[in-house]
Amino acid sequence: MSKNLRINSSKYIDQTNRISFIFNGKKYYGYKGDTLASSLLANDLHLVGRSFKYHRPRGIMTAGSEEPNAIVQLHKNTSRTEPNVRATEIEIYDGLEASSQNCWPSVNFDIGGINNLLSPILPAGFYYKTFMWPASFWKNYEYFIRKSAGLGKSPTKADPDIYEHKYIHCDVLVIGSGISGIMAAKTAAKNKLKTLLIEEKPNLGGSTIYQNSEYFKINNQTSSSWLEKEINEVKKIENLEIKTRTSVAASYGYNFLLARENLTDHLPIEHRKNKARHRLLKIRAKKVIFATGSIERPLIFDNNDRPGILLSSAIKRYADFFGVACGEKNILFTNNDTVYETAISLIQKGINIEAIIDNREEPDSKLLYEVEKNNIKIFKGYTIIDTSGYKRINKISIMQLSKDGQNVVGSKISLSCDCLGISGGWTPAVHLFTQSGGKLKFREEDEVFIPNIAPSNQLSVGACNGDLSLDEILINTQNSLKKFFNIKNTDYDNLEKLSSTNKSKRNIWLLPSDKVLGKTKSFVDYQNDATAKDIKLALREGFRSIEHVKRYTTTGMGTDQGKLGNMHALGIISETTGTKMGELGTTTFRPPYTPLTFGTIVGRNVGEYFDIFRKTPIHDWHVEHKAEFENVGQWKRAWYYPKKNENMYQAIQRESKAARDSAGILDASTLGKIDIQGTDASEFLNRVYTNAWSKLAVGKCRYGLMLNEDGMVYDDGVTTRLEENRYIMTTTTGGAANVIGKLEDYLQTEWPELDVYLTSVTDHFATVSVCGPNSKKIVSEVIPNLDLSDESFPHMSFKNAKIGKINCRVMRISFTGELSYEINVQANYGKSVWEKCMEAGKDFNITPYGTETMHLLRAEKGFIIVGQDTDATMTPIDLQMDWIVSKKKYDFIGKRSLYRSDTIRDDRKQLVGLLTENPNEVLEEGAQIVADINKSPIEMLGHVTSSYYSPNLKKSIALGVVRGGKNMMGQKLIIPMEKKNINVTVADPVFLDKENKRLNA
Amino acid sequence: MFVINCPYCGEREQSEFKAGGEAHIVRPKQPTELSDDEWAEYLFMRKNIKGIQFERWNHIHGCRKWFNMIRDTSNDEIKAVYKMGDEPPKI
Repeated sequence: MSKNLRINSSKYIDQTNRISFIFNGKKYYGYKGDTLASSLLANDLHLVGRSFKYHRPRGIMTAGSEEPNAIVQLHKNTSRTEPNVRATEIEIYDGLEASSQNCWPSVNFDIGGINNLLSPILPAGFYYKTFMWPASFWKNYEYFIRKSAGLGKSPTKADPDIYEHKYIHCDVLVIGSGISGIMAAKTAAKNKLKTLLIEEKPNLGGSTIYQNSEYFKINNQTSSSWLEKEINEVKKIENLEIKTRTSVAASYGYNFLLARENLTDHLPIEHRKNKARHRLLKIRAKKVIFATGSIERPLIFDNNDRPGILLSSAIKRYADFFGVACGEKNILFTNNDTVYETAISLIQKGINIEAIIDNREEPDSKLLYEVEKNNIKIFKGYTIIDTSGYKRINKISIMQLSKDGQNVVGSKISLSCDCLGISGGWTPAVHLFTQSGGKLKFREEDEVFIPNIAPSNQLSVGACNGDLSLDEILINTQNSLKKFFNIKNTDYDNLEKLSSTNKSKRNIWLLPSDKVLGKTKSFVDYQNDATAKDIKLALREGFRSIEHVKRYTTTGMGTDQGKLGNMHALGIISETTGTKMGELGTTTFRPPYTPLTFGTIVGRNVGEYFDIFRKTPIHDWHVEHKAEFENVGQWKRAWYYPKKNENMYQAIQRESKAARDSAGILDASTLGKIDIQGTDASEFLNRVYTNAWSKLAVGKCRYGLMLNEDGMVYDDGVTTRLEENRYIMTTTTGGAANVIGKLEDYLQTEWPELDVYLTSVTDHFATVSVCGPNSKKIVSEVIPNLDLSDESFPHMSFKNAKIGKINCRVMRISFTGELSYEINVQANYGKSVWEKCMEAGKDFNITPYGTETMHLLRAEKGFIIVGQDTDATMTPIDLQMDWIVSKKKYDFIGKRSLYRSDTIRDDRKQLVGLLTENPNEVLEEGAQIVADINKSPIEMLGHVTSSYYSPNLKKSIALGVVRGGKNMMGQKLIIPMEKKNINVTVADPVFLDKENKRLNA
Repeated sequence: MFVINCPYCGEREQSEFKAGGEAHIVRPKQPTELSDDEWAEYLFMRKNIKGIQFERWNHIHGCRKWFNMIRDTSNDEIKAVYKMGDEPPKI
């Protein structure tokens, strides 16, 4: 039965509010205010997980977001399940269900534990080295590697929670609410600045708030009670907003920061209904103050990863804040004064300390003497060389360090324990500072990286600035705040302070052992199982850059991003290669500081809002008539309209035939439409299109091709001259936004002297296109007053008309090669005009067709689709469209590029028609085109760009681009496919009605 | 994420803007008079400076106006913004 290690009542824990939760299927109790970690420790439970690679038993190591080991899966097999949650951060609530990860069948008996025995053959880079050969076997290896790897299980069901995003603007953002953060926030707010204070834990005060010790005093009060009063004052200030349970994830330039506010994770699930779970705060602050504190370093020795080994500061926090003892036989191991603070806390609470191992030979501080008074044995100048206890530490071995700290001397002493607190000093939390561009420097005396050059309007205060003792924090914070805010005094100018920490430290990155390094497991990165041995191996194998060593050994690449061990990795590299730490630098600190869920990042942009789409005014009709849709840019376009039992091919064959035999109708509303007005509109079109526009009469339409300045086809469409100084330009559906952007660019930057105004009217009009030999009859019934005779309304002309009271623009233009009318009406009338056309076309079997039939019909005519038959490497000459390039115009966009040495090459890829030897064989779009399959390597000449079976021609037709294709008319080519080679003949790309009889029918 | 001071609208988030490459590259008035090399110089050659760079920006999700910006690419500090056609300010 588990013991109860709750040792006293803490004011942060509500012992009247008992909470039950499930861990690994078993029920446990804790209290309101506990984290999962503190309540497990109170139940004397350390073993919570298995390590990633060796499946070694692992326990709780820290009391904060830096936790590498105690990561759990919450609410497994439910829609709310979440992997890789740090037990040290999860506040318990009734009904919490958590389980260990990375173990099977259970954390107590894990089959993968065999990896630990196999570890001599699993060094760094093992997977890279082993699974390389034979290359074709990767498929088989991958299956097993993937099965055994992975941290936790991602949810398979939709996330039931809601998430929000919120913008916040403030004068000052303070991150961290320890002593320096509170000083900063209060000073900012008292100087009438709108201040936001963010704290990742549920309560304010950092680690000072439980520093209830006679050895740390401010104005003759313990530092904790002084800070508590300050916090109470801060809470009353009106222009100061406080957000707890909020973790800053990223810090970008221009003081833009992202933070995750956790709103419901601490509530029982039934209380979370209709509440947002997380809020992603997008903060823009005039000034940012980092008060993010520091993270205690572990020490690197053999078997330093056993359950029951914690950072000494974590043991102190569990005792002081949560009222929990982490063990009954505690040993502390240190290279600095920190563990004596822990020891004093434990002594105060009556928690037994077996011994303290201090690697310094003559440590000297008030704290140490106080501890010694309590008859606690302190081994000075000693180091731990090994530990034992598989699922919980039960023994350590220590030996004396040599003078230079490189070796151990004397004889081995064994000490039994059930908990070991370690301290390797402190690492300032500079993550956010560097993310936004801050530069670090290395401080030799205590071997830490500290802020050096800060981006403007940023300040680091307290431990994250390298101020690691109480008096330094108080003095330096107060001084920097004065400078930062340009003020004469603060509330903190004349504090009386007592700080008892001696800063001496004996830093040894990798502690020596009586064993050779190859026989030890000294973990540097706990989560990824990277050891000191692995780092040295990487260096022996030639890796030098810290970034490369990191990736090869995976040090610092876990979900904790190596918050504990990265410094030791750097230290070991520095020592081994003889490079100074300052010159070695650090790996890049990347956001997020702690992991974010996808829900938080996506916010409300889920479901139908994840990727918004545009609908035409006729969309509902297409839905009612069972159209299949395709995405074109952001548009949903009707693709084809299958009748009962029809597949796509059959539907398109039917639609295509009907359009040519009688009548078809297409929703063309998605085409881009730009209204062009101004006295220089004609001149403008002359400059942006390849052909001439000055002579186009009012009421006439013309097809235009637009190039980039490099001569490559960019967009195409029909433009109509509505009035003397007014045109309506159509663009491709996908190109609309880019075309108007490009035109605006030229107008504003190159030709500001032109009197031209552009307005996008794409959404303002619905366009109904009726085509086929009977289209004239149908349109004349819909618009009886309109004279549709060829004399009055020839091909490529336009008329204003009325359908009842509705104004419309009718263009006789065609993308199918059939007689065809486009009726443009104000968008909200689109559906009714469409329905009128359907009604009028009833007797003519008017057939709605979608984009696929439109593509087939235009291919029969050899009309290109920009983006399908062209990519950004096709000139109009390559497309055999020389006829549209004006020889007379002095200049237009792209003209000069049409006779660069590269664009006049004969062997450019050129658009041609392709006919298959077997007329029923339809080519695959994208298939390669070759001439000689016996040559090795086979020379690729081009590829198929469009391919269909034409029901009107009763044969397969295709367009393709072929190197030098223009001069290959009639030549036989080969399309090599997986199972056969298909013979084709190069043909004219216009397959149907070369004389344009149908257009004028 | 910059805050950009659009010369027409004032300070706005970077997400409202689109970068448009190097500024002050004038389209030749008589392209046909240029040799291939001269045309290629206009068409393809762009500077990529670590330090002070002159750039074109477009307030695409705002007033849609193009304008110029002087930016230090080494620290993203915006030194000045000015309208198209204006002389670059001394910095």
